[in-house]
Amino acid sequence: MNLIYALAIALLTGCGVHMLLSRHVVRIILGVSLLSAAVNLVIFYSGRISSTVPPVIEPGSSALSEAAANPLPQALILTAIVIGFALIAFAAALALQAQRSIGTLDNAGLDVAESLGTPFDGPEKRR
Amino acid sequence: MLLAQAVLWPVAIPLATAALAACCWQRLAAQRAISAAGVLLMFAATLLLLWQVRAEGVQAVQFGGWAAPFGVSFVADRFSAAMAAITGLMAFATWLFGQADIRRREERAGFHPLFHGMLAGVNGAFLTGDIFNLYVWFEVMLITAMGLLVIGRTRAQLDGVLKYAVLNLFSTLIFLMAVALLYGVAGTLNMADLAVVLPQAGPSLTLTISALLLLCGFGIKAGYFPLFFWLPASYHTASITVAAIFAGLLTKVGVYACFRVFTLIFTVEGSGLREILAVMAACTMLFGVFGAAVQWDVRRILSFHIVSQIGYMLLGLAVATPAALAGGIFYIIHHIVVKANLFLLAGAIHRASGTFDLRQSGGLMRRSPLLAALFLVPALSLGGIPPLSGFWAKFMVIDASFRGGQGWLAAVALVTGILTLYSMTKIWMEAFWKDPLMPRPTARAVPAPMLAAIALLAAVTVAIGLQAEPFVAYAQSAAQALVDPSDYIAAVLGAVPAEGGAMAEPRP
Amino acid sequence: MNSLILSAFSRFLFALMLVVSLYILYRGHNDPGGGFVGGLMAAAGFAILAMADGVQAARRMVRVHPVALMGAGLVLALLSGLPGLVNRGSFLAHWWFHAGDFHSGTALAFDIGVYLAVLGGILALILRFYEEQPEA
Repeated sequence: MNLIYALAIALLTGCGVHMLLSRHVVRIILGVSLLSAAVNLVIFYSGRISSTVPPVIEPGSSALSEAAANPLPQALILTAIVIGFALIAFAAALALQAQRSIGTLDNAGLDVAESLGTPFDGPEKRR
Repeated sequence: MLLAQAVLWPVAIPLATAALAACCWQRLAAQRAISAAGVLLMFAATLLLLWQVRAEGVQAVQFGGWAAPFGVSFVADRFSAAMAAITGLMAFATWLFGQADIRRREERAGFHPLFHGMLAGVNGAFLTGDIFNLYVWFEVMLITAMGLLVIGRTRAQLDGVLKYAVLNLFSTLIFLMAVALLYGVAGTLNMADLAVVLPQAGPSLTLTISALLLLCGFGIKAGYFPLFFWLPASYHTASITVAAIFAGLLTKVGVYACFRVFTLIFTVEGSGLREILAVMAACTMLFGVFGAAVQWDVRRILSFHIVSQIGYMLLGLAVATPAALAGGIFYIIHHIVVKANLFLLAGAIHRASGTFDLRQSGGLMRRSPLLAALFLVPALSLGGIPPLSGFWAKFMVIDASFRGGQGWLAAVALVTGILTLYSMTKIWMEAFWKDPLMPRPTARAVPAPMLAAIALLAAVTVAIGLQAEPFVAYAQSAAQALVDPSDYIAAVLGAVPAEGGAMAEPRP
Repeated sequence: MNSLILSAFSRFLFALMLVVSLYILYRGHNDPGGGFVGGLMAAAGFAILAMADGVQAARRMVRVHPVALMGAGLVLALLSGLPGLVNRGSFLAHWWFHAGDFHSGTALAFDIGVYLAVLGGILALILRFYEEQPEA
């Protein structure tokens, strides 16, 4: 079980990094989301895989049962998913906006910011 | 209640301001009023916190009525209180500058909610005592910062923000992975609790990896040597008010997190981190300053100088003696004021000469002598000319690295100082001293709020320079608290509330 | 999109999802559920409306600007933390009310705040996504 789990994390991380190294912004964003899934699994794994009983307090009792899974990693992952979701949605919106106004999402064509303050062209050439 | 929760307000006030400003999305006048009130209140709250910490020592509060290692804590020791106070000052100064700089279109795109949301993130990162919570504040900061970067919706901003977004997203993921590994070893995320638990856990491969991942994650945020490329690729595209607050605060949050984590949770001493940090510090200084030397755009020169100055702070952490840490803390505070001020000056130069390109500007010395005089203060301070604040900051870190047996680092720092002066001289010669390429028919005046904000920060720089003693003493006691965090730990873990054990009881 | 079937069904689905989202929001008090999931569900309801009848129809249905909704949610969540300061000296320590079997507290206000903030945030994003589609 642990081995499968570790392999899954490795696979996700590998795919994520591969995508991240791409030149295309959409691929990069997909890579980031794969990587964040891998990180979430690492958090889950850090909390030890011991039980499959959901960490919900049963009606009538006031404490979590002994057999329940560790609730903290689940809370952490939930937070991380929420935040990751917001950030990736925002990044996707930015990419969409960039595609519309610059016309490309290939990093080779994305040089507007670089040429804004380039040290190479003299003032006469820029005008 | 107001005093006992002094740690809470520097975060709660900007958060509430952002929320209220978002409520009035369509009404710009209301947003402006809320924003003004929020800035002033937050400045007051951070000063209150600073006063409280000076008077009574480390302040800690718990959220949700859960006792320390279980609930989220907010802690303010001398270091974080000073950082919060300087954030308050920066917010006030950039807000003042923004009165003349922020366009109506940018306000309609949500400047006020984003600005205050970012301040909440920055203060939250400074004051939190929980490492996962630190991650959350980093993300709050990141998403609002991305919004602020593209506030003008220009093509250059969209291009810049994509680079900013990808690398910073990556850095927070690395940070989160480090947090996960830490949790796997220690079973706790409270930083004070981690400081207690980790020495008992003993060294392990997981901890080493976690420490290095934290260094990388914070390093991208802070702009350390091999990881800084996003910074000069994006900061120069932002509108100048935004760039100033970014330059002042955002990278310093990464530096702050490094100082906190590598004193409280991990140690530089005897862990092999010192060599890595020292090489990173030296390269950060040199690469930053060389990068700046070839640039002609004021904002890009200043962006590269952020990187180079970060090296000095990292130097303080690498040497890691109390004196060096004190130097690092003093440097951070001096640098925030000076760097933000230089960016504001870049905005004023643009306003007066119509361009950020040094080759095209000129003649400002004659056209606006007041601006020229104001430029000299932060520029010379950045170069480390006595009696300004930069001299004392450089003196402290360089002196400490000589004493700490790292003479070569001190030499690199001295060389970097000279090259910094070269860049500042370049801005002075090109923008102020030389005759303009062509006489501009419309010489525009610099609006009063801009000058007031620049003068305020210049006054702070001069004040720190002339009255360095109390600031140095404060930095030394803050560094002492970093080296020996027993007060910090006691304030968090031993914080027994008024009702005694009732706090730890789970909810009904 | 001009599908009669979707358009006719969208009203029904929208109402259903809104009701279920409120139920999930309330259920989150003691059981799995809560403001975040509820807010997502409600946002999906509005998204269906936007798909079927156009973004303008959805915007009219929300009445206020999504960002304002987000702000209001955040304000509510912050306010719900204040009562705890008064008697227990801790932000977000919640007050509880019991009336027989029914009990509730300021935690519910916090959850409603989260619900509104999530709804507003998601709507602000997806309505923009949909809106600019034809221009591209």
